[in-house]
Amino acid sequence: MNFGFNDEQTEIKSTARQFLENRFKPSVVRELAEAGRYDEGLWKEICELGWAGIALDDEHGGQGLGMVELVILCEELGYACAPTPFLANACAGLALEWAGSDAQQEGLAGIAAGDARGAVGSPEAFIDAEGAAVPIVFDEDGARILDPDSMSFERIDAIDQTRGYSKPSSVDGEPLPGDVDAASQRICVAAAAELVGIGQRALDMAVEYAKDRHQFERPIGAYQAVSHNCAGMLYDVEEARSLTYYAAWAADAQPESLPMAAAMAKARASDAAWEITKASLQVHAGIGFTWEHDLHFLLKRARAGAQLFGTAAQHRDRVAGLAGMGSGN
Amino acid sequence: MDLTLTDEEETFRDEVRTWLSENHPGDEPDGDDTAKWEFSVDWQRKMHADGWAGVAWPKEYGGRGASLLEQTIFYSEMAEANVPRPANILGLVMGGPVVMAHGDESQRERFLEPILSAEEIWCQGFSEPESGSDLASLKTKAVKDGDGWRINGQKVWTTLGHVAKWCMLVARSDFDAPKHKGLTYFILDMEQDGVEVRPLVQITGEAEFNEVFFEDAYVPDENVIGGVGNGWNVAITTLMNERAGLGASAAVGLSQDLHALVELINERGLGNDPLMRQKVAKLRMSTEALRLGSMRSLTQVLKTGIPGPEGSIAKLQWSSTNQALTELATDVLGAEGLEKDDEWTYKMLRSRANSIEGGTTEVLKNIVAERVLGLPKLR
Repeated sequence: MNFGFNDEQTEIKSTARQFLENRFKPSVVRELAEAGRYDEGLWKEICELGWAGIALDDEHGGQGLGMVELVILCEELGYACAPTPFLANACAGLALEWAGSDAQQEGLAGIAAGDARGAVGSPEAFIDAEGAAVPIVFDEDGARILDPDSMSFERIDAIDQTRGYSKPSSVDGEPLPGDVDAASQRICVAAAAELVGIGQRALDMAVEYAKDRHQFERPIGAYQAVSHNCAGMLYDVEEARSLTYYAAWAADAQPESLPMAAAMAKARASDAAWEITKASLQVHAGIGFTWEHDLHFLLKRARAGAQLFGTAAQHRDRVAGLAGMGSGN
Repeated sequence: MDLTLTDEEETFRDEVRTWLSENHPGDEPDGDDTAKWEFSVDWQRKMHADGWAGVAWPKEYGGRGASLLEQTIFYSEMAEANVPRPANILGLVMGGPVVMAHGDESQRERFLEPILSAEEIWCQGFSEPESGSDLASLKTKAVKDGDGWRINGQKVWTTLGHVAKWCMLVARSDFDAPKHKGLTYFILDMEQDGVEVRPLVQITGEAEFNEVFFEDAYVPDENVIGGVGNGWNVAITTLMNERAGLGASAAVGLSQDLHALVELINERGLGNDPLMRQKVAKLRMSTEALRLGSMRSLTQVLKTGIPGPEGSIAKLQWSSTNQALTELATDVLGAEGLEKDDEWTYKMLRSRANSIEGGTTEVLKNIVAERVLGLPKLR
């Protein structure tokens, strides 16, 4: 039994942290978010690092690693609040890899290289569909690849500006014939990982602020009303992280546990990221409510992430069913 | 990352499992407390006969010398098999480890074996009516008297005090020293005239705990552990000696109760009630997070050798989950949940202590805020 990263995974994590800290400084995140765009140069760099296809088979041009490695990157990208089409592209890769036909899987090469990006979404909202070569819609009928030449995406003026959101004009397309559940469960795990990273960042910011900010002649972090709030954030992020790492491991090594694990991860991470960013704003108080402070980018991304790929309540309902609720009725 | 057991770990688990199924003591007897007590003493003797009582103790002291991971497996299997705790639990998880860490050779010789065999039961004399979370402010007085010490004062929350031979007693031996420095750790004989034990009836109507009054009780010098004035350090060892994998076995217990709760909810035809489903899912997730969190911290300890403050996190998760679980069960029971003898109602009442015993939620949050997050101290 070993619930930790191996050397290679530890290396991936620290490289990602360094790279993203360096490239996505808060000022860069703000500039891109306010302009509502991505930096193509930075996306190329990310693809050159091999991240785009990290969990895809090498025969499809990927790195041949697993969900654990993908989750590490998603968490770090969330931590950096990096505006990139990474998550949408990676999720489209998972969709094709797990549910696509042989012919459809030819699209994986472009996804792994990042030069013919994929995107995923629902009939209501896609992420990063603009400019995507392989947009894939998920709904109750399964998953279908849309044809970007015969339909369009209307941009949603979303609260989260660090990512592009849009609504498809049509959701008719070519069905993915494979195991769509296996794909969507993995997508939930990747999305959960990003939310864990967002939560961790908002927690770190709250702690740093609580040490610095003085009121009534002492740091506000010395008051239990504040410090206990921060301790609560730690519980939230650690629970979400445990469930997310476990789900990633299950996806790679024990797929029979994945349906439950993925639902738990997405539900917990959705709630955790929202609770933590809210609590962090409360610790920051007035300054945290201003546009000039960076916290709102995290808060809004947490809210958006909680509403995508199934809400926490929907995933909990799934957990309840898998835990035996309603059986025999 | 590999959350399955290795072949050796699996062999160990199977060994534990087989032993537990062949030696399971059956259900606790109904009726009087004496019968229940003897039942748990017999159970520890059985464990000891096959070398399981001191599963975490080093072999040189009569233990099994199990690794941290094996201990976790062992406690989880005990919870899974629903066997009772061994009678002398405080001696096994606190008293023994303290004697091993801070005692001298003759103290080890004298005290350890009777802990394992349950010949001598141990209790803990730390908390006082005026010293709960602020333990170091305790006032029970130890005054030098010839080759020993005279003890005067009062302890409270003394589990097993009414059956104990030995008390792990922390008392103030120097009233002039700063509060953490003037304490000494004694092993006090409970079977003497200067000790009076009174049961402390709790909200469930039972008396798991006692108050203990000391009036000129005597401790010889050879029963001082770790030196005069070093009591705080020794006491901290006791408190840090939480069972390895506590979280894992607590998660097994929660998981069993949750399973029973789901059955109850389904029986009542509420299994498709959306609100019930949300609540059960939350409990299921907290239980799983507790299990996984304890595996993560165990991995961390095995890697670094340093037990972190994760025990504080696990304790908090467990207490809040157990409270929410038992409350939901009594909600499901409706008017039937009024009955004092109902198992769920009892558990619901008993669980109110979970966020107090072994460190209140508030103190645990202080620990997490200060030691994990590095926030400034309140004091």
